[in-house]
Amino acid sequence: MRVSASLLALALAATACGGGGGGEGEDVSSDEGQSGGTFSMYIGEPENPLIPSNTSETEGGQVVDALFTGLVTYDADSSEQQMDGVAESIESEDSKTWTIKLKDWTFHDGTPVTSDSFLQAWNFAALSTNAQGNSYFFGNVEGYDDLQAEEGKEPAGTELSGLNKVDDKTFEVTLKEPFRQYPITLGYSAFYPLPESFFADKAAQDAFGKKPNGNGPFKADTELVPGQGITLSRFEDYPEDKAKADSVEIKIYTEVNTAYTDVQGGQLDIVDTIPPDAISTAPDEFGDRYIERPSSSFQYMGFPTYDPRFADPKVRQAFSMAVDRKGITEAIFNGTRQPAYSAISPVVDGHREDACKYCEYKPDEAKALLEQTDFDTSKPVDLWFNAGAGHDEWVQAVGNNLRDNLGVTYKLQGGLQFAEYLPKADDKGFTGPFRLGWAMDYPSPQNYLEPLYSTGALPPNGSNTAFYSNPEFDKLVKEGNTAEDNDEAVTKYQEAEDVLLEDMPIMPMFFGLVQGVHSDKVSNVKINAFTRVVLEDVTVNQ
Amino acid sequence: MARYIVRRLLLAIPVLIGASFLIFAMVFALPGDPIRALGGDRPISPAVQQELRDRYNLDDPLLVQYGKYVGNLAQGDLGTDFSGRPVSDILERSALVTVKLALVALAFEAIFGLLAGVLAGIRQKSFFDNLVLVTTTLIVSIPVFVLGFLAQYALGLRLGIFPIAGVADGFKGYILPGFVLAALSLAYVARLTRTSLVENLRNDYVRTARAKGLSPATVVGKHTLRNSLIPVVTFLGADLGTLLSGAVVTEGIFNIPGLGRAVFQAIQTQEGTVVVGIVTLFVFVYIFFNLVVDVLYAALDPRIRYE
Repeated sequence: MRVSASLLALALAATACGGGGGGEGEDVSSDEGQSGGTFSMYIGEPENPLIPSNTSETEGGQVVDALFTGLVTYDADSSEQQMDGVAESIESEDSKTWTIKLKDWTFHDGTPVTSDSFLQAWNFAALSTNAQGNSYFFGNVEGYDDLQAEEGKEPAGTELSGLNKVDDKTFEVTLKEPFRQYPITLGYSAFYPLPESFFADKAAQDAFGKKPNGNGPFKADTELVPGQGITLSRFEDYPEDKAKADSVEIKIYTEVNTAYTDVQGGQLDIVDTIPPDAISTAPDEFGDRYIERPSSSFQYMGFPTYDPRFADPKVRQAFSMAVDRKGITEAIFNGTRQPAYSAISPVVDGHREDACKYCEYKPDEAKALLEQTDFDTSKPVDLWFNAGAGHDEWVQAVGNNLRDNLGVTYKLQGGLQFAEYLPKADDKGFTGPFRLGWAMDYPSPQNYLEPLYSTGALPPNGSNTAFYSNPEFDKLVKEGNTAEDNDEAVTKYQEAEDVLLEDMPIMPMFFGLVQGVHSDKVSNVKINAFTRVVLEDVTVNQ
Repeated sequence: MARYIVRRLLLAIPVLIGASFLIFAMVFALPGDPIRALGGDRPISPAVQQELRDRYNLDDPLLVQYGKYVGNLAQGDLGTDFSGRPVSDILERSALVTVKLALVALAFEAIFGLLAGVLAGIRQKSFFDNLVLVTTTLIVSIPVFVLGFLAQYALGLRLGIFPIAGVADGFKGYILPGFVLAALSLAYVARLTRTSLVENLRNDYVRTARAKGLSPATVVGKHTLRNSLIPVVTFLGADLGTLLSGAVVTEGIFNIPGLGRAVFQAIQTQEGTVVVGIVTLFVFVYIFFNLVVDVLYAALDPRIRYE
């Protein structure tokens, strides 16, 4: 017994020192009814340190977006670009050379946000030896290729030749090709400014990644502790609408189930994901504290156009018409997706409800169309998806549709993890339709077209894993990019979409919805199309 | 004794090297391209991918990679994960959390397991004995995650006695996960203690002690329990190693940022250096506690001696 008693003593001693923290930080000093207070928010584990140029996933992005503000911002509801970011104006005569003027802003530590804050940050992001995940966002700037090191060599340059400082508050960006909607892209985290101090040395960058010195509505009070989270507080000198709450505690959870239970138990205020088993009960349980809106995510099934079996567009059109998207979203997703009848998401300007005529469920026409081709229905069709991500059921439902309506048997190929699946996609490895997804980088129809289907986006340079190439499509996208104004650009992108959906290198499947719930302690909880909670707008009920 | 311990510790070195190489080779053999997967649906520019591969020596053959790893290790450098965070930081932070969790679990096992086992053992066939039999059978048959969610729902959400998740509340946050983690082994400890005690109570020397008129407490506490504890201590010692490494599920459910969770994430993202660092630590812990158990034998049973 002596043994266990001493072990117990040890256990108590060891755990006792783990206390502290987690205080509620009640603040009742605020005399405005609408502002003040503290709330908490769920995120999953961020993949990378909190450096904007290396943050492309939602978890870290939630924090980075609260800590930084880019040249432009996006409206939480409509995703439209707004000029209440750092940029005073973004102008161009020819859509190729853009002149950007800045307002007088400062970082959280008081140092001014200048042209250099952007130019240095962008050069840093673009230079391949810095290994920043968002590097490819600068691929359309002149001189980008010089910053990409070839194997075993140093890059030819360290600064983008297309970036040109005019004065402390003005700089110019020269693009390789004209792009009318360029200003819309500039609100994304890849384009956030960084202070001079970031560039001092590696140690400074490591420290910055844990506790960034940004220019956003919130500033970091603590370091980000992996597995636990970070606390942010309102940046009082923020030049635009200040954050409503005094502070927000961002908590990291591995299991969204646990976070959801914590909201039910009142120990967490906002969760922007709902575990699958709770989807059907959440709206009733939370009432008006349940939020749902379209997200930017887009699921599709690509066709291996390089495979002779799928080379004929008629085969692909027939497949697409044989799939009952609405039935699948209702039966399998419980209403957490909406069927896609276009390739451009509903969250961007330019979306058309029924752009895709071959997406309508017409089993008889599908069968008739397939019979016009020399598609061999006796051989099974392989359906590819990556393992462990919940795609099994709906891909199987697609297979059942194909079997019932077209008389082809199918074989599920769902054994590959993402790390094997993606290289296979890049390597023309698929032998049948394959599932992939996309979430927008910036709210432009172009972002749903060019990176996915243009000839320039063939692997390894982009995500055109259907290996689709049509000069007509490329031309229309380019015309959209060089249009006189936004309306003309959108029209051109829609024409490009029409070409795409006639050729059907992919079949659109679903658009995402984002669902969340919050406690009765907070109000005005909005989730934007990037599936991020707009933290600065959240108010705490006193 | 000291010589014995030193010899055992020296023996651990080749075991550690062998184990770390095996783990390294297994991670190396995992199919797929972790760097490509970093980007997900979006591409990472080829030059950036190349830079990352160079940085983590991913293009080298297995032996060269392992050689570089050991070379850095010799200088005290455990390497970094793909986002540049040092593995030593990950180890330090999550090991502390897991050790606390494991010790809480061990305390549960030792106190409640032994208590239930002893009481059941000295009152064979009694109501309490049967109760222990039924409850332990039940616990052993319930999967850990079911038990975890049940405990979380009942004690955390409905009754609000314990925090549902996280370690921010200090000791309180460890009780529920600690109990869930301990549950299975607690049942084993109780059964093991009972069996071992019942067996020893039948021995001649116990009858002699009773015949001498010693009190039942002395007979059980002094003469029987000490012998009976040998298999239990073996189990507890080995179990501490298991607790440290096997907390993946529990840590996930209760959102505890420990080693189990860290290694799970690292395997998913194929972060070889992180996996090797953590698993090698597990192996070391295992070896260490085996040694502790062996040394404890001598303390419990004076007949056992190490030269």
